[in-house]
Amino acid sequence: MRTVYFDHAATTAVDPRVFAEMEPYFVERYGNPSEIHRLGREAREAVDKGRAQVAAALGAADKEIVFTSGGTEADNLALSGFLQRFEPGHLIVSAIEHPAVMETARYLMRQGWEATFAPVDHEGTVDVDAYAAAFRPDTRLASVMFANNVVGTVQPIKELARIAHEHGAAFHTDAVQAVGAMPIDVDDLGVDLLSLSGHKLYGPKGIGALYIRRATRVAPILHGGGHERRLRSGTENVPGIVGLGAALTLAVAALPTEGPRLVALRDRLTAGLLASIEDTVNLGHPSARLPGNVCVSVAYIEGESMVLQLDAKGIAVSSGSACASGSLEPSHVILGMGYRAEEAHGSVRLTLGRENSDADADYFLEVFPPIVARLREMSPLYVKR
Amino acid sequence: MYTDLVMDHFSNPRNVGEVEDPDGAGQIGNPVCGDVMRMTIKVDDDRITDVKFKTFGCGAAVATSSMVTEMVMGKTLDEAAEISNRAVAEALGGLPAQKMHCSNLAADALHLAIEDYLTKAGRSGDVAKVLGKKASS
Repeated sequence: MRTVYFDHAATTAVDPRVFAEMEPYFVERYGNPSEIHRLGREAREAVDKGRAQVAAALGAADKEIVFTSGGTEADNLALSGFLQRFEPGHLIVSAIEHPAVMETARYLMRQGWEATFAPVDHEGTVDVDAYAAAFRPDTRLASVMFANNVVGTVQPIKELARIAHEHGAAFHTDAVQAVGAMPIDVDDLGVDLLSLSGHKLYGPKGIGALYIRRATRVAPILHGGGHERRLRSGTENVPGIVGLGAALTLAVAALPTEGPRLVALRDRLTAGLLASIEDTVNLGHPSARLPGNVCVSVAYIEGESMVLQLDAKGIAVSSGSACASGSLEPSHVILGMGYRAEEAHGSVRLTLGRENSDADADYFLEVFPPIVARLREMSPLYVKR
Repeated sequence: MYTDLVMDHFSNPRNVGEVEDPDGAGQIGNPVCGDVMRMTIKVDDDRITDVKFKTFGCGAAVATSSMVTEMVMGKTLDEAAEISNRAVAEALGGLPAQKMHCSNLAADALHLAIEDYLTKAGRSGDVAKVLGKKASS
């Protein structure tokens, strides 16, 4: 059976070239970068190189990169680590953040912080006026994701960062979905903190990084031997760092061709879906959107059913329905955009990547409409026209 | 996460649709929660001679609906009334814990169809006897 992986926002395969670079650091060059003997020095050089590669990809300085165990830890370090310096005050996060930011904000609220969840419009873009109006004299940090993981909407980060600075607050962005998928320059954007993750960009799982602008002071949330300039204790994940550096370098180099290719594939799939299945709506911004994100809501049927039926045809996708998310609540992102719960239950997300071709899109557009027809036939909510 | 039997009932659901001219119909759930199940039955001499379902919901919702139609086909109303949501889940070899609540209401939908049948047949008084509960007014 044909296999089509349309779930790159969940995770990606490690690029074989990346894996080849990582491999020696497991068995042969296993040294601890903190040691001064040859094996240690070798490992230190690998960590330094990885850091330089990540910094170069973001337009940052090497010293501004701290390696973490992934995007979630980077987000925790950004919010909790940055705000630890202050007496509890106020922070702003968007209403559609990934749980790594959302739940950290809720944790901080339990520590005495007040949070405003900045609303988004119907296309998932942060309401800039409402966001600007939310700042208070004691607002220390605003955090808005670069691009949404569910609906792909890309935020006006530069403007949001500028507004935060005008109010004397720092700005963090969770760029886990965007890094490697679109050009990013931290100085042009003016962000103070930026989170990224290796396994979303054809690198390994278990490695991520936080960009911390010079002069932005962050306190550690993991305590120990003082690694990563005292910001993140724990022996460095050397193969992971090597993999992240290599993967990000390759992703940035591929962007000029890969970006437009995915945009074309994305738009063809979205248009094909909307044309071939009635009562289907696009979710998210039509153009200010991740190159590989297709997200629609199919009326009268439920997301997990679609995911399972597509899986039986060899196609891996995801859904924002309650069932597919493993909780009892449908996606807070789609609800936050003002859609009804049943519309969120009927959402299906395709996230495209390197190995996807036009033939994959053709295959999807061939098998999906009959699946929808069959599920609608079974649905008590569907009234045939 | 699902047993093979759940996947079988989800992929090849039995008795999908609406019976023609149903003697009883029952619907439960809410599109907001992501699960709606509708059961229609044909009854002859207090025996279910036909049953069909329509379900909006996840794999578990479809599989439990399909399974309950197989379990009650040809059964007397008393026998059908004894089938619980839990028994349906057990017949499927179990369901993931988070599916036991909202997606496992197929037996309830069937019981509502039986109640509807008895009410329409002018036997509201039998509802409590058959279903072991007070008739909902």
